[in-house]
Amino acid sequence: MGYTLNFAAVWRSFDLLLEGLALSLALAFGAILIGAAIGLFTAFCLISKNGFARRPAGIYVTIIRNTPILVLVLFTYFALPQLGFRLGKIESFIFTLALYSGAYLAEVFRAGLLSIPVGLREAGLAIGLTEIQIRTSIIAPLMFRNVLPSLSSTIISLFKDTSLAAAIAVPELTFEARKINVETFRVIETWIVASCLYVITCSILAALMRALERRLSVPR
Amino acid sequence: MPNHLLEIRDLHKSYGDVEVLKGVDCTMAQGDVISIIGSSGSGKTTMLRCINMLEEFQGGSISIDGEEIGYETVGGQRRRKKEKEIARQRALTGMAFQQFNLFPHMSAARNVMLGLMKVKKLSKDEARSIAEKWLDRVGLRSRADHFPGQLSGGQQQRVAIARAIAMNPRLMLFDEVTSALDPELVNEVLQVIKSLAQDGMSMLLVTHEMRFAYEVSNRVIFMNQGRIGEEGNPREMFHKPKSERLSEFLKTSSFGER
Repeated sequence: MGYTLNFAAVWRSFDLLLEGLALSLALAFGAILIGAAIGLFTAFCLISKNGFARRPAGIYVTIIRNTPILVLVLFTYFALPQLGFRLGKIESFIFTLALYSGAYLAEVFRAGLLSIPVGLREAGLAIGLTEIQIRTSIIAPLMFRNVLPSLSSTIISLFKDTSLAAAIAVPELTFEARKINVETFRVIETWIVASCLYVITCSILAALMRALERRLSVPR
Repeated sequence: MPNHLLEIRDLHKSYGDVEVLKGVDCTMAQGDVISIIGSSGSGKTTMLRCINMLEEFQGGSISIDGEEIGYETVGGQRRRKKEKEIARQRALTGMAFQQFNLFPHMSAARNVMLGLMKVKKLSKDEARSIAEKWLDRVGLRSRADHFPGQLSGGQQQRVAIARAIAMNPRLMLFDEVTSALDPELVNEVLQVIKSLAQDGMSMLLVTHEMRFAYEVSNRVIFMNQGRIGEEGNPREMFHKPKSERLSEFLKTSSFGER
């Protein structure tokens, strides 16, 4: 082979990679936050007895989950402006990832909601709580605890999906790595470093989620 | 006309085509302790759940202190009251369940405090003080900061009773509260209920503990196939049952075995 690894050129641009990583995290954080709200609302709709709430929620989840995220990203950024809905690159990507994560999180939350014994809702009703109070004080906190393990892998997966923002030139980690790759021609080194940054960040996220799980676990 | 704490008139309840309550009439005075007995499927639990609107009912009326529960008649049409109003009315009764139904992510004290803070709008300190008082009353003050998963079944049921009673309900409903307990834990729960009865708390108990029903109640209702089959004071009911059906039921129950 005769190829000698030389990371010097990549190290010189390491700041760019870190800036890209920071933006990747910001994209994921913003999208997951909005997506979690969409997901929670959708999950309650999915388990609702009311067809007017349940059916549109089901259609939303089916469409989003059966469409590749890259197609959604390109559609939002390139096609929606044709329909008069124009967003900047970053906003467009956050919007798309939020919609996408909302559909996935809705399924995660729905499973969590279904695992909560119906008796707890009745106990809440029996002490005079309203449905909203039961949802906010009893069902949502318990559901959140129940879904933390699967929420953790969904969040990590969504963080990795931020690399698709490179397709619309959002300067996140993958986009910056590609730029350094083109400028330095150190293909292997650039992608090794970028991969390491993804692995390390995902590992930290997983550790944080595990710590949260431990902190919120119900004592037995 | 006497003022009843609870008045049930011609109560009808169906699940689809199956009529579970077929016209139940019952009144209860302040301080009454009434046990509802009967075989499985006779409608005991359903009747209790209708009283606090955990079940909707299709006909008849239920009133607490003269206030009609759950439904109102507007322009000749019977309609369900608004959810907020039903929530307020539910707080007129307290309920303890067979499966305890404690909120597993909250300590015993927080379980009791939740309703006080959210429904009664008390401050955290006030709610904590009331919670401690009632946990003390059921012998669990020292377990106030334990979570349900750290308590035995009997202790969980006592916390559930404290949670219901702390709301200061007009009437306590007990739905087979010892059925899910190991035999050695039953007594601690029954003792708590007995002491509350001695304090004058009005109670409606669905129970399979015939000896307990005999000892604690001033009236017993025997439910049979969705109707009140027989009712009266425990001595008459258990020693001189009028109907053949009650007589048979008592023979097969724990009371008959003793």
